[in-house]
Amino acid sequence: MKSALAVIFGLVFLALPFFVKSNYFLSIFIVIGIYTLVVEGLGILMGYAGQVSFGQAAFFGIGGYAVAILTTRFHWGTVTALVAAMVLPAVVAALIGRPTLKLREVYLALATLAFGLLVHTFFNEGRELTGGPSGMTGIPYLAFGDLVFNRDFKFFYLVWALVLLVFLGVRNLGRSRVGRAMRAIRESELAAEANGIDTSLIKLQAFIFSAFLAGLAGGVYAYYVTFISPSPFGFHMSIQFVLMAVIGGLGTIWGPVLGVGLVVALSEVLKWLIPKLLPSAGGEYQIVFFGIILILVMIFKPEGLSHGWRRKAPAAEEGAGRLKATAT
Amino acid sequence: MTKKISLLLICIAVLLAFVVTGCSPKQDTTAKSSEPISIGAVLDISGPASSLGIPERDTLLMLADQLNAKGGINGRPVKLTILDNKSDETESVLAVKKLIDQEKVSAIIGCSASGTSLAMVDTVTKESVPMISLAASSKIVEPASDRKWVFKTAQSDKTVTGKIIKYAKSKGIERIALLYMNNAYGDGGRQELNKAAEANGVKIVFQDKFEATDKEMSAQLTKIKGTDAQAVVIWAIPPSASIVTRNYKEIGLNIPMIHSHGIANQSFLDLAGDKANGIILPVGKLIVAGQLPDTDPQKQTLVTYAKDYAAKYNTPPSAFGGHGADGFNLLVQAIKEAGTDRGKIRDALEKIKNFTGVSGVFNMSEQDHNGLDESSMVMVEVKDGKWTLIK
Repeated sequence: MKSALAVIFGLVFLALPFFVKSNYFLSIFIVIGIYTLVVEGLGILMGYAGQVSFGQAAFFGIGGYAVAILTTRFHWGTVTALVAAMVLPAVVAALIGRPTLKLREVYLALATLAFGLLVHTFFNEGRELTGGPSGMTGIPYLAFGDLVFNRDFKFFYLVWALVLLVFLGVRNLGRSRVGRAMRAIRESELAAEANGIDTSLIKLQAFIFSAFLAGLAGGVYAYYVTFISPSPFGFHMSIQFVLMAVIGGLGTIWGPVLGVGLVVALSEVLKWLIPKLLPSAGGEYQIVFFGIILILVMIFKPEGLSHGWRRKAPAAEEGAGRLKATAT
Repeated sequence: MTKKISLLLICIAVLLAFVVTGCSPKQDTTAKSSEPISIGAVLDISGPASSLGIPERDTLLMLADQLNAKGGINGRPVKLTILDNKSDETESVLAVKKLIDQEKVSAIIGCSASGTSLAMVDTVTKESVPMISLAASSKIVEPASDRKWVFKTAQSDKTVTGKIIKYAKSKGIERIALLYMNNAYGDGGRQELNKAAEANGVKIVFQDKFEATDKEMSAQLTKIKGTDAQAVVIWAIPPSASIVTRNYKEIGLNIPMIHSHGIANQSFLDLAGDKANGIILPVGKLIVAGQLPDTDPQKQTLVTYAKDYAAKYNTPPSAFGGHGADGFNLLVQAIKEAGTDRGKIRDALEKIKNFTGVSGVFNMSEQDHNGLDESSMVMVEVKDGKWTLIK
């Protein structure tokens, strides 16, 4: 019954572009898909390895800028540039990860926050390379041979195919030795170390993996909007990613997509609703609603929304909620 | 188990809802003669660029009301949908798609800032919808070959820098120093001023920047003291523009100070106080509308707009509202001539000549989708805390 419904769900979802001729609805799903890629990575880092990152928008941005710079200034192929968009943030994460991940809890959060600000400053200041605050135009469309991703429905399939791959990867990771080691670290770093787990290596791997996914998402974003500037990669975006991960629930596959979907969909609903209720109000009123939702989630479902609908959570995952409640 | 199933059922229901809404028959934009004409706007109403977006929104609402009270365009009322992008580029992309798909707009006005405007360019080009940006960067309409569907009403940086350099030369100034704000606005000004200076044989002997949030710029200004610059150009908006102005007088620099058009609002004067006296800037004619000679072709338009806006909102209008007014009126003119077909509106916009707007007299062409030249600006000096036209 369950798997049958899941298949129906999947089929209806895949058929969406055939019924939904509105690029607006498709673009909402595309944005949800792009953010989901980032938040899945963040979910691994936070939910499995128990580390918070407030610098995820920086990796997202490095991916985006890698695509923008390599395609427009160095005329790389679009697929190779996308590969670079994944590898480059991963390399950066590997370089900064060693010293950074020695820090714990709030100090690690502060270090990633500083890293995010640093990268954002670089986007603004590296004029010759990044176009400075004015950004860069003229990013080409992503093309596999003759298949050019220039319409929303093509992008819809591209993004969700990537999300599906990530889902499978994360599911397998959760069941693997590394996944179990990550969860052990989340529960108690000391105990994990005592059991012979190289905690700093595992944490580094989780960090690199999250950077890799954020870079992929950034590259896809650049190909989708075909314009890039520093503003979407600032501190508030990093906060949004953490918010999405926490609302959705950590340590599950579905949590990220649920959290992202809720935040993006709610923002669109409010954009339609607020002008009807308060004609003179601007978009800042949305923040109030997000604040209320975050508070409600923290009070009633501190482990995130995706946990509420699961069957009795396995012992290993119950801890996630407790950890979350204390960490946030 | 049952909970999991009910979750899946909810998800399927939501998806089906999308299918149903997405299936609604495509509306013909060239519909019957009495139906409203749908026009969309995406503006930076909240977030960092809200000081631009709010007067633009107010202006658009006022003009749409006035137009509909007079019977609309060729007997058809105008339905104006304004969306807030929160000064965010991703939101702009979503908003513009919503306007095109859900509201079936004939044309789009927006955005208020350069970054958000550029983010929409690809979408409107793909969907073949005319768009009129209200932002400054020349990149929005250049290169002309890639910007078939995009127009803009604000004076480009290029126009402003040209005006500054010509003014400097007319006063015998050949060496200038430049201080600019470190963001898209300051960066655009820096690039264009360098080009304009080089083309006219003026030397920029010193350039430096400051952050939009800086509270003290004496360090940069002191360095200018050591150069042989004959004037200083400052490219910034308040509050930092006001701080530079105060510091300038405090450290005793006495060469002329030329600002950009970004300071042309009351908050600059309020923050700079009497230290603002004596500064010079190029600006659209709106803030000195009353001082213009009666022969000025724009005078009537400017005075009417300023009066209407002040009467409705109890505050003097700003140049940004003027950019919005021009975008709206250009569009109305084009729709009057060409009907509501998106392609025909675009063609009509491109052919508009001698259109007297708030920001200047527009002469659009295939190569120039801004259509303003240096005659759209005047040089103004601050005297006794008031904007005074330099004749």
